[in-house]
Amino acid sequence: MNEKAILEMRNIEKRFDELEVLKDISLTVHEGEVLAIIGPSGSGKSTLLRCATLLETIDAGYLGYLGNKVAETGENGRAQYVSKAELRKTRSYFGLVFQNFNLFPHYSVLKNVTDAPINVQKQSKSKAINKARELLAKMGLEDKENAYPCQLSGGQQQRVSIVRALAMEPQILFFDEPTSALDPELTGEVLKVIRKLAEEHMTMVIVTHEMAFARAVADRVIFMDGGVIVEQGAPEDVLGNPKEERTKQFLARYSEEQ
Amino acid sequence: MDITAIFLRLGEGMTRSVLIFALTLALSLPLGLLVAFGRMSKWAPFTCLGDVKSKCSGKFSRFMPVSLIIKGWIKCLHKISGFKPISFIVKVYISIMRGTPLMLQIMVVYFGPWYIFGIKISNAYQFSAVIIAFAINYAAYFAEIYRGGIEAMPKGQYEAAEVLGYRRGQAFFKIILPQVIKHILPAVTNEVITLVKDTSLAFVIAYAEMFTVAKQIAAKESSVMPFVGAAVFYYVFNLIVAVTMEKAENRLAYYQ
Repeated sequence: MNEKAILEMRNIEKRFDELEVLKDISLTVHEGEVLAIIGPSGSGKSTLLRCATLLETIDAGYLGYLGNKVAETGENGRAQYVSKAELRKTRSYFGLVFQNFNLFPHYSVLKNVTDAPINVQKQSKSKAINKARELLAKMGLEDKENAYPCQLSGGQQQRVSIVRALAMEPQILFFDEPTSALDPELTGEVLKVIRKLAEEHMTMVIVTHEMAFARAVADRVIFMDGGVIVEQGAPEDVLGNPKEERTKQFLARYSEEQ
Repeated sequence: MDITAIFLRLGEGMTRSVLIFALTLALSLPLGLLVAFGRMSKWAPFTCLGDVKSKCSGKFSRFMPVSLIIKGWIKCLHKISGFKPISFIVKVYISIMRGTPLMLQIMVVYFGPWYIFGIKISNAYQFSAVIIAFAINYAAYFAEIYRGGIEAMPKGQYEAAEVLGYRRGQAFFKIILPQVIKHILPAVTNEVITLVKDTSLAFVIAYAEMFTVAKQIAAKESSVMPFVGAAVFYYVFNLIVAVTMEKAENRLAYYQ
């Protein structure tokens, strides 16, 4: 595997008032790696993702993309972020796929996908549209470019939102429980396109409850609980033969529910 | 006075009413958005005072009487630390605008400069006073409608725009506001219809809009016909407004 680090998080601390959500989390994602994060709700995995995508600020620790510092603990013990212009540049390195899609309802599928490349990245209109059509075709949405999000099924909407993220040509793609808002029969189509991206060696971090999927797609699985990384390693180890008691409990409860 | 003369004069009044209506909308719709931003302002310049509480609490518990006073002080500081001056001022403004009659506000704007500051008011000021009073009154109502619409927007829309790298202004005007407008359109229609009828309140400073003229002619001619004419005018005007707004709503009905 290529050893170029795309995302680097070191000793991340995050608290909401009295509640410590992330305790000393360190995590590095290398180019081409697919990382799955699992864990019970409230374990901090979504907060970790939101800190990585700059939707939440970290309280302490180091956050960096492609070797560039984004935030680091300063002299006063609190994390200092880089300038607004640099943060904007950082946002171009990653894409995020939300649990409930968050497509722009007043824009057609094509405009949803091309608006940010044209108005944020200042790509030419024709280039952005060509690229969007190519990606939509790849996701099996070639006949939907003029549809509005409300006319699409949940699975189609989620695929559009994946295309929207990919159109920005990110170095790394984050997924925040991408199938949790979908009917069970629609999760398959979304998981299929993520699998396709994994085969193309897209760097991805996926917060998920789909254990079988994590096992099949991920290079590495992280199990989080109570704001710490309890266990991590190859999917067959963490999911198949966990060492920590908490991981075992979680997986046992999980397989009962299935 | 023959019938054509009556119609001519009513027509002049009508033009003035339409002018009040159009100018008020043109001013109060953007002003309302500005007021809504002020109302939602989170600027709190005294937040540093809040830190005192966390630093000092628990230190004075042994000296009861002294500690009570200090605790009171700290509580007070804590309250001040959360104070948002812009939001507060705008709240007071909205409260006054909504809590007093528009008729009274028109009078204050018109006569105020003379009674309060001794500034001589000219006849030309009459029209300005009407427009100022209407604009600041309606801006307050529109502000609350905007605020409702903006606060009802799902957080995910802001976050999606943020992650995609939109600047804050871009995100607001391209992503948020178009959706807000769709959702607040029925409430805005209500206000606009009220405004059509409210233009008649300008009679209180004898500004010669439709209703003032109708009253003058009715008194002079001892006839109710001018009032009937006025009623028909307001009704037709509002019909046009309602139909236009419905068309606008339909145009935005392509998405949910």
